Amino acid sequence: MANVLGTEHDLNFKETELCLGLPGGIGGGGNEVDSSPKTSGKRGFSETVDLKLNLQAKETGMDLNKNLDNGSKEKPVSAKDPTKPPAKVQVVGWPPVRSYRKNVMASNKTTGEESEKASSAAFVKVSMDGAPYLRKVDLKMYKSYQELSDALAKMFSSFTMGNYGSQGMIDFMNESKLMDLLNSSDYVPSYEDKDGDWMLVGDVPWQMFVDSCKRLRIMKGSEAIGLAPRAMEKCKSRA
Amino acid sequence: MSEDDERQQSPPSDLDFVSTKARNCNATGSGSAYPDQVLNNVLENVLHFLTSKRDRNAASLVCKSWYRVEALTRSELLIGNCYAVSPARVTARFARVRALHLKGKPRFADFNLMPPDWGAHFNPWALAMAKAYPWLEKVHLKRMSVTDDDLVTLAELFLGFKELSLVCCDGFGTGGLAIFVNKCRQLKVLDLIDSEVTDDDTDWISCFPEGESHLESLIFDCVECHVNFEALERLVARSPSLKKLRLNRYVSIEQLYRLMIRAPQLTHLGTGSFSPSEIAGQGDQEPDYVNAFAACKSLVCLSGFREIIPDYLPAIYPVCANLTSLNFSYANITAEQLKPIISKCHKLEVFWVLDSICDEGLQAVAVTCKELRELRVFPVDAREDSDGLVSDVGLRAISEGCRKLQSILYFCQQMTNAAVIAMSKNCPDLVVFRLCIMGRRRADHVTGEPMDDGFGAIVMNCKKLTRLAVSGLLTDKAFDYIGRHGKLIRTLSVAFAGDSDIGLKYVLEGCPQLQKLEIRDSPFGDAALRSGLHHYYNMRFLWMSSCSLTRHGCQEIAHAMPHLVVEVIRSADEEEMDTAAEILYMYRSLEGPRTDVPKFVTIL
Repeated sequence: MANVLGTEHDLNFKETELCLGLPGGIGGGGNEVDSSPKTSGKRGFSETVDLKLNLQAKETGMDLNKNLDNGSKEKPVSAKDPTKPPAKVQVVGWPPVRSYRKNVMASNKTTGEESEKASSAAFVKVSMDGAPYLRKVDLKMYKSYQELSDALAKMFSSFTMGNYGSQGMIDFMNESKLMDLLNSSDYVPSYEDKDGDWMLVGDVPWQMFVDSCKRLRIMKGSEAIGLAPRAMEKCKSRA
Repeated sequence: MSEDDERQQSPPSDLDFVSTKARNCNATGSGSAYPDQVLNNVLENVLHFLTSKRDRNAASLVCKSWYRVEALTRSELLIGNCYAVSPARVTARFARVRALHLKGKPRFADFNLMPPDWGAHFNPWALAMAKAYPWLEKVHLKRMSVTDDDLVTLAELFLGFKELSLVCCDGFGTGGLAIFVNKCRQLKVLDLIDSEVTDDDTDWISCFPEGESHLESLIFDCVECHVNFEALERLVARSPSLKKLRLNRYVSIEQLYRLMIRAPQLTHLGTGSFSPSEIAGQGDQEPDYVNAFAACKSLVCLSGFREIIPDYLPAIYPVCANLTSLNFSYANITAEQLKPIISKCHKLEVFWVLDSICDEGLQAVAVTCKELRELRVFPVDAREDSDGLVSDVGLRAISEGCRKLQSILYFCQQMTNAAVIAMSKNCPDLVVFRLCIMGRRRADHVTGEPMDDGFGAIVMNCKKLTRLAVSGLLTDKAFDYIGRHGKLIRTLSVAFAGDSDIGLKYVLEGCPQLQKLEIRDSPFGDAALRSGLHHYYNMRFLWMSSCSLTRHGCQEIAHAMPHLVVEVIRSADEEEMDTAAEILYMYRSLEGPRTDVPKFVTIL
């Protein structure tokens, strides 16, 4: 079963390589057969679930929008019949909270948390091992791993992504290069994805990364070894 | 903080009664000029000391002389409805006004219930004041439309202008602000609170004139655009009198630090984002935030936290013991994050917070904040069907711990009568009780009964109550209680409540002090409207939207009461000749129908 899944992921991952946005391979490659059965099983399942949830969220979003439009036209019919609980339509101006406050709370929610709607910013916390404070970055301000790595380098001056390829991505194709990186004392960025798993940055196409990254942690290469198996599997799967 | 600051409530402007009475009464000593003059001089010197508007209104009713002298000596004008009286009439009566408070739109406009561009323009007032009161020093506007030109007028035509306060206003931008701050050389106060400020891409902070500034208060936490921080830092450094500073969310915590160390004399601080900026200097040391707060020994009012990173909260520990006012209403923090802070805030009197702290957080508040006078709990997720984070449990806890409570605004998803009754008994000093059960027409979630008894207990037991907002499932019985016992109520807000006309009738017939009544989506019709005819001249306004009113019914009122302006407001897609009156907004006025009426408003 796992192998079948694995093979499917294989294909999907490659497909994802070519055309971004195909839902099948969301961060898939890293969670191959081994590492923890829990992870791969979870991944396989959660992909499907994620898909469903995303669809549902979109539908609900649309419904809500429709209802908002209708809300302002809501005639006092329901008001005349107070014993019947009304449908949960979002009514204009209710609850009585100023739009400024509503907007601020809505935009604060997107800070490093999941949001169902596309937001104009994707703030995530960045911590670096050994640095005394956190930073926040808006991932949507960057268009590639290279740009992100430049920004991180400015923020944390002892951090360089020197061993990364020209696109700023870990070269997952080359197993030995990967091991070198992880064995060095250079820093390596890792990120926590939507499922709470810690991954090496650079394993998925940029946009997918932006959508799934919840927070960033810059750790020493040697410490990132723990994330290596998944990365290794990725290499294997692409070989 | 001033979301509807209750403490600024003032009694009705009695201008119309004054003009009638003054004409009818005999002036003392009107025969010869000499006694008149002496009297006037004496009166002037005495009345000069009268500051309360209520006292002044009373004095002006004594006789014609007193009326005249009072008019000469009144320096502060409070006009609760900008359409109740015209600028011309005001400038004709009052000779030496130094301060003007003006209010425009009704409160429900804040919730998008009124189409934009309805009115409440400051412009005619600005121009009239410029001619009549060139020595005007202070303008305080609430829910008015203010243009950039108006700001320029204030700056250029009033030489000693000192204080501008714009609450819930709109229509202007950073361009107007830039000119205003540049030309007002005596400026002490610039307070922009909950106002919408257009980003004209102008660096207005840099436009403050060089040299020592007189600034005592600079509040711009609602301004949604970047400010030039270096200019702001220089400004704060050259403002030795600065006591109140409320920053917007574009100011990072590192920048806050730099400002705080320059202004340890601050009494009121709005912290801005309270999170680090993304751009770090090379090899930056984390500033000593704790020290910065510790240095502010006079700090009593703390707000901001617009994009809080809770890790930084411990920085405020040094000031907690002195705080009388704390506004966390933009800080999405948990009970655990709140507890170490609130447990130090023994003197706290005003607390605004998000329901993210849950009932547990409120319990923590109740344990420590024995001096609490005002509590506002706002929803993180302001929707009807969101998860309820606070409930009757939190309300009851507050009532048991904070016995001196005077004002409460509480958003929740569900409530019980028992908790509300408990509050009515535990907090007899309540003046303002606003409960918003976000689920419309939701019953007591334990008993399944309407919330009538809870609100009934509030009006029965809280003998000082002047402001009430009701919600949840309510029958006409609730309004019966209000009419019977709410004898001091001045402001009443009703939404999705009641069964029939009789509900509104109870209120209009029973509450003699009622001045502001705002109702939405309730089954009150023309008959109910008629039952208030005896009282409408005593009220500032009546708002009824999505009720069961017809144009005909409103027309009747308009005919019966010539000094009432009866506005029927349509939403965009309604036809002019609809029989239903979607929004009724009516108010007493000396001036008759206003001349700046937009297309979607019909004055009957």
